[in-house]
Amino acid sequence: MSVTLPPFQTLLDEHAVDLHRFLVASVGPHDGADCFQETIVSALRAYPGLTHADNLRGWLFTIAHHKVIDHARRSKRHALPVAETPEVPVFDGDGLADAELWASVRVLPPKQRTAVMQRYLLDRPYAEVAAVVGCSEDAARQNVRAGLARLRAVLTPERAQEVTS
Amino acid sequence: MSAGDDIVARLRRGTGLGAHPAGDPSVNGRAPAGEGAALGDLVAGALARADADDLVDVAWTVEDTPVGPLALAATPLGLVRVGFGHEDEVLEDLASHVSPRVVRLPARLDTVRRQLDEYFAGRRRRFDVPLDRRLSRGYRLAVLEELSRVPFGQTVSYKDLAERTGKPNASRAVGTAMATNPIAIVVPCHRVLRTGGALGGYGGGLESKVWLLRHEGALLG
Repeated sequence: MSVTLPPFQTLLDEHAVDLHRFLVASVGPHDGADCFQETIVSALRAYPGLTHADNLRGWLFTIAHHKVIDHARRSKRHALPVAETPEVPVFDGDGLADAELWASVRVLPPKQRTAVMQRYLLDRPYAEVAAVVGCSEDAARQNVRAGLARLRAVLTPERAQEVTS
Repeated sequence: MSAGDDIVARLRRGTGLGAHPAGDPSVNGRAPAGEGAALGDLVAGALARADADDLVDVAWTVEDTPVGPLALAATPLGLVRVGFGHEDEVLEDLASHVSPRVVRLPARLDTVRRQLDEYFAGRRRRFDVPLDRRLSRGYRLAVLEELSRVPFGQTVSYKDLAERTGKPNASRAVGTAMATNPIAIVVPCHRVLRTGGALGGYGGGLESKVWLLRHEGALLG
């Protein structure tokens, strides 16, 4: 049994930008930086034990997805039961900042969050979304659909009201 | 456009995430310099943490020198590679022969970088860093160890080295050992010439060999 793994550096060169965007979108800029570094350390720890190199990107993002899950658990534990006040990220003032969107993304359950980010932010096919989340392709579609519906409800409540009234 | 489509478009744009807005042709798929630098700092910080946990098997960097860029790599045991050649090939080689945990971590190469600077500035005649010679085995290793005894400013022939290693007829094998020397310059294969003084070959190109020999005063003109 011997698998030829590329130098870990090439994974960083190819995926660091996307990995960082994914985590900042999923957990916010500050915790995103922490999760990003934790993902690299965890990946480096596990790397020599890999038995195949078929989908290293998927493997890397699965580790990142688990960091998002851990982060969501921690946030839940520390959250006050009364008021939910999601951290509002500070964005550079290019006039296109979309803090409202990312704050909303962070209220999604982690599987939906990761599925939506992989599908749309990173433009990945459903097969890849499934590989990252660790589910079937059907379940990946379902997670993307459910996540999107939830975002729509959070971001456009007036429309939801129009429908109900 | 429905609200849902609008949300998808906003997700795809990824505005404000600290990298370039997707689809902006002016940045051509690259993060703007400032953001790139910040990301580089985050990666470097993560690698420093990994290094503290002994998770970096091969630390690597590239050093610009008068004979061109040199890829430098070290394991916890010592300097394992000083290579001319293409950076990607050097890394692939290290990944398959030492460990795939190869990352850019210049701090682990500070000592050898400083000594190389001094050597190229004419202020150092011998290198004093631990070597990890695991990329060489058997007779090649014996030849390279013997070669390390040849001092600054002197040259030997392939035949000399063959004799000094107890195999007077092994000049060709000595040539192969030189051609596959993993630790160029520090293990001075540039000091090996053909019998009679012809230059022979050099992995870093003959121009580099000539430059190094002139620099050491071993070749005049």
